[in-house]
Amino acid sequence: MTPAMTPAAAPPDTDTVLEVSGLSVEIRTEDAAVRAVDAVSFTARRGETLALLGESGCGKSMTALAVAGLLDPVAEVTAGSVRLADVDLLAADERTRRAKAGPEIAIVFQDALTALNPVYPVGVQLAEPFRIHRGLSRVQARRAAVELMARVGIPEPGARVDSYPHQFSGGMRQRLLIAMAVALRPSVLLADEPTTALDVTVQAQIMRLLRDLRTEHRMAVVLITHDLALVAEEADRVAIMYAGRVVETGPVDEVFAAPRHPYSKGLLDSMPAKARPGEPLRSIGGSPPDLSAIPPGCVYQDRCPRVRDRCRAERPPLRAVEGGRRASACFYPHEVPNA
Amino acid sequence: MPDPLVEVRDVTKTFSVRGAGRAGGGRSAGRLRALDGVSFDVRRGETLGLVGESGCGKSTLARTLLMLERPDSGTVRFDGTDPFALGGPELLAWRRRVQMVFQDPFDSLNARMSAGDIIAEPWRTHRTLYPTARARSARVRELLDLVGLRPGDADRYPQEFSGGQRQRIGIARALALDPDVVVCDEPVSALDLSVQAQVLNLLAQLQDRLGVSYLLISHDLSVIRHVADRVAVMYLGRLVESGTTEQVFQRPLHPYTAALISAAPTMDRAGRAGRIVLEGEIPSPLNPPSGCRFRTRCWRATEVCATGEPPRVERSASGTSISTDSHGHRAECHHPLIGEPDELVTV
Repeated sequence: MTPAMTPAAAPPDTDTVLEVSGLSVEIRTEDAAVRAVDAVSFTARRGETLALLGESGCGKSMTALAVAGLLDPVAEVTAGSVRLADVDLLAADERTRRAKAGPEIAIVFQDALTALNPVYPVGVQLAEPFRIHRGLSRVQARRAAVELMARVGIPEPGARVDSYPHQFSGGMRQRLLIAMAVALRPSVLLADEPTTALDVTVQAQIMRLLRDLRTEHRMAVVLITHDLALVAEEADRVAIMYAGRVVETGPVDEVFAAPRHPYSKGLLDSMPAKARPGEPLRSIGGSPPDLSAIPPGCVYQDRCPRVRDRCRAERPPLRAVEGGRRASACFYPHEVPNA
Repeated sequence: MPDPLVEVRDVTKTFSVRGAGRAGGGRSAGRLRALDGVSFDVRRGETLGLVGESGCGKSTLARTLLMLERPDSGTVRFDGTDPFALGGPELLAWRRRVQMVFQDPFDSLNARMSAGDIIAEPWRTHRTLYPTARARSARVRELLDLVGLRPGDADRYPQEFSGGQRQRIGIARALALDPDVVVCDEPVSALDLSVQAQVLNLLAQLQDRLGVSYLLISHDLSVIRHVADRVAVMYLGRLVESGTTEQVFQRPLHPYTAALISAAPTMDRAGRAGRIVLEGEIPSPLNPPSGCRFRTRCWRATEVCATGEPPRVERSASGTSISTDSHGHRAECHHPLIGEPDELVTV
């Protein structure tokens, strides 16, 4: 074992429902295997929102898919565990996995139109989880579907239960997906960019719905997003990802006020809201590394303003800082200026 | 007052839509009023931010400026001339003056053309601009340098570039015809935050150097707030509020503007507490509400909003002059957000 800390191992916590540790995912390409997720660890707790924050290609969505067991066949989990209550879903056989994860882990995707089946009425799709996992009759399941539609704020659910997905607006489709996800009262809800495709006034509605449902069901929400402001408003804790790795994690307020990784600092500085009008924005030079050719040492070395020889030679593990509340994968976490 | 480069007055554009009834409703043909009496100016060297949610008419407005749509009524003037009255070589010469940067740098560049060919392509239509091969290749190198790419990049293909670099190629292409106005339709929304900042800085830098005006369409209010000099807010085909960026963001007059600003997440968690969360979604533009278009979602709406077109109101700092041009801070609303003891006049 490396001296890297597993954040989950820090305070013993009865509210922990999902514990991901050392998760690695590789994608097989014609030439080689690319490690899209590299030793990612995090925990999700009841009634709390954890944000997986990062830019495109950082591995945040791949992490969520691996946890939900929905990876594309070309991708494969090569290491790590995903513990739900006391079962390791990755080690369990398919049957156990389904019985356990099916009702307990739910996922909401960004694009609600492609996530819904266009050839079935929404009521049939909403009733499916009740039929499969609860064994309800067609009539009972349909009634449950109508109740769910009402709960997520779809007007006239009784009349619209037989409508097809294309007959709903973008915001209503996202409500339908959320309804489907929370149908069986899961303990973990993975929300992958749930509002990115929506207009801002509708985003506000959807985020409010997710917050209410989280409280109502005491769910753990894992919010996967690239939007720092959304994280600031919605999440309790954040794990910032870069090039397949978690580079920093901790309570959102603390991380955003005093980042302990140069990438977190660079991201926060790039926000237009941080700059004075008329002045140039700060940005991170260069672009993320090619995942198939990650250099030895730190994944952020090529863009880091404070890079040193050690960073090029040795990969910094995710280590506890600030008395274990937070962790950073930087050799010099305390040299990062406040945001 | 700097003279306006573009003057748009009372522009209306209606599309006939077949078989696209209300969501969940019938299939009858409808009239979609994408622009409904829109007036605004774009001045030389300024950035006008255009804000609004999907279906509000932003793109139709941009296409009208690009002369890709002809308005049903109203006028568009560039330097005092109506481009829609032109034809032949004169029209061609006019088209050069407004160019566009597209949203998606992955879809908007032809993968089979080199960066140099992409940037030079507009000159195949506008042949007189750089008539010789030598002049064209020198200009391509200049443009690449201008947008922060290397001269050697001319021979590389789009897929060899990152998203941010591709957007730089798109910007170079837009500048190839030395335009006066560049319409930037969500120029950074497909880019990562750290790269987005680089591209926004480049746009600002180019404006300083070239004096070009931008019509910047963005859903990201923090981008608009940082980049735009003035802001116009659209809702269901109408321009409901306009003013300087500071006026509109700090003291919005129209309830929709206030809700839009309030709905955008900020880094301040406390900001969520006083948030205005609108009910419902934008009504179908095929069947817009009577009177004020926003009344179905407005918490200030009363009976008058359903019957009468909302009056144009203007907030004036001095409270002395009634201005009938569109340079001030104005909105269309029966119940504007006044709140402060300043003069509000109906124009």
